[in-house]
Amino acid sequence: MVTFLGLIAITFFIGRVVPIDPVLAVVGDRAPPEVYAKAKQEMGLDDSLPVQFFNYVIDIFHGELGTSVSTLRPVVDDLIRVFPATLELSTLGIIIGVLVGVPMGVIAASKQGSWLDQIIRVVSLLGYSVPAFWLGLVGLSLFYAQLSWVAGPGRIDIYLDGIIPTVTGLMLVDTLIAGDWDIFKNAISHLILPASVLGFYSLAYIARMTRSFMLDQLNQEFVITARVKGLPEYIVIWRHAFKPIAVQLITVIGLSYAGLLEGSVMIETIFSWPGIGNYLTTALFNADMNAVLGATLVIGAVFIGINKLTDILYRILDPRAR
Amino acid sequence: MTQFLDWLRDETPTSRRQARWGGAFRLALALRKNHLAMAGLIIITTLILFAIFAPFIATHPAIQQDLQGRLSPPSFDHWMGTDELGRDIWSRIVYGSQITLFIVFLVAAIAAPIGLIAGAVAGYFGGWVDRIIMGITDIFLSMPKLILALSFVAALGPGIQNAVIAIAIATWPSYARIARAETLTIRNSEFIAAIQLQGASSTRIVFSHILPLCMSSMIVRVTLDMAGIILTAAGLGFLGLGAQPPLPEWGAMISSGRTFIFDQWWVATMPGLAIITVSLGFCFLGDGLRDVLDPKQGGR
Repeated sequence: MVTFLGLIAITFFIGRVVPIDPVLAVVGDRAPPEVYAKAKQEMGLDDSLPVQFFNYVIDIFHGELGTSVSTLRPVVDDLIRVFPATLELSTLGIIIGVLVGVPMGVIAASKQGSWLDQIIRVVSLLGYSVPAFWLGLVGLSLFYAQLSWVAGPGRIDIYLDGIIPTVTGLMLVDTLIAGDWDIFKNAISHLILPASVLGFYSLAYIARMTRSFMLDQLNQEFVITARVKGLPEYIVIWRHAFKPIAVQLITVIGLSYAGLLEGSVMIETIFSWPGIGNYLTTALFNADMNAVLGATLVIGAVFIGINKLTDILYRILDPRAR
Repeated sequence: MTQFLDWLRDETPTSRRQARWGGAFRLALALRKNHLAMAGLIIITTLILFAIFAPFIATHPAIQQDLQGRLSPPSFDHWMGTDELGRDIWSRIVYGSQITLFIVFLVAAIAAPIGLIAGAVAGYFGGWVDRIIMGITDIFLSMPKLILALSFVAALGPGIQNAVIAIAIATWPSYARIARAETLTIRNSEFIAAIQLQGASSTRIVFSHILPLCMSSMIVRVTLDMAGIILTAAGLGFLGLGAQPPLPEWGAMISSGRTFIFDQWWVATMPGLAIITVSLGFCFLGDGLRDVLDPKQGGR
């Protein structure tokens, strides 16, 4: 709660240091001084800063984030419309990251020091050094333009746009509800590349942490006991050593899921993905501060929410943390 | 020479200088065994040399246009091809190393001292000072870095200085956390109690006795963070919010090559490879330094 208020304070502060005069944006720069003063008063901008901040907080808790200058609609409505696209992208991204990253980490730990371990180490370091927008561009040029394995930018082919009624806003779910397999396949072929690029970044972190947790476990006495008993190696690793770290991994996965929100800003720009990241960057270029601050606030709030949720989940699942 | 090596290896140094040099020597020996760290060191040294000797290494001036030879593929004359204004990409990458180094060192020079002092002060004094400072860092840490930097740049206006300020604002809180954690372990040790009894002021204790001991974990963390700083700066440049044209900033170069990615792949690909190489270099070196400076974490 305190963190969330702090977050609001940051966006409020950014909104105030901005060199764009919000009054001028409304009345135009040729307005006479009386009109300007009146508008300023109506917008509440001649109150003292603490009063302005108080009003700002009240507005936010009423779900009021102002009107976007470029779409001329309430920012809240815009955000509700674009959020499912980001949710869909980052959820598939984290699924890919977990399905590939966890086994990679386990293998690296069980073969510590081998060439396989080295390769996995370099791959996960690449996750920290490859710019997301570059990987997206190269991926598009290779898998879409050269090989035509996947569909191009956007969520769906343009001639299919608007056929499926929006229920949840998640394209995969909506096409399933409508029962249209062809459009479902089309949506998947649009989604798979950006989700894989996004997944690569969570994969790097997940694999690294899995490896480190596994190394701790493999040196424990109960693992040695299991080996001495003559159990096959895969049972020792997956059933004895892996089980205790599964709970620790939840924290890691939660953190990287929240981190994908950040990655999605770049990826969505490259893939023209109509999500919150794309909305944020478009607003940046139109100097649409209400939209920028609204999107920042929502991303920050989701980020904080996921972290809290992970904490709670960890406490429920791990008896030692109770 | 052997005399000098013996002086370095001496188990019982007789002067402060000898102890310090000896420590550095042992560190260098340990680092030399770590292949990845050495690779990282070589990459970063090359980057610095490129930045210093750019006019001699580049084959063309960075902003010289040649509209007749625009978008030509890599050749003997243009090693990495030319961009949409016929500028030589290899030369622009070489000059771009100056911008990358400028950003990275400036961010580190702003964020590290602020974080270091804030963290040490919070850890040393404790109580409400600690609660306020750590409350602020918690708020900053609860935001994704890129989003924070993006909205600050949006407020301050695009440009390389503002990008540096925005990244520094987003980076310092994690340094404050580390400095605080280190300070907490040092604060109650006996040598600090001894200095307190001698009547040293709090300022003196924090600056000359606590901060130096936080340095090694700080250096590791800053080195590991360098890759992230480079990626954020390149991201801002790519979105058009960082360095402005015609500056040969790598992220902005990728952005200008975006339009031609399907037919003239080299325009966007080459600067990307430069970013990857340099970021990997910092990652390798940071990993190696951590293994050497903090044996507890070794091999992770």
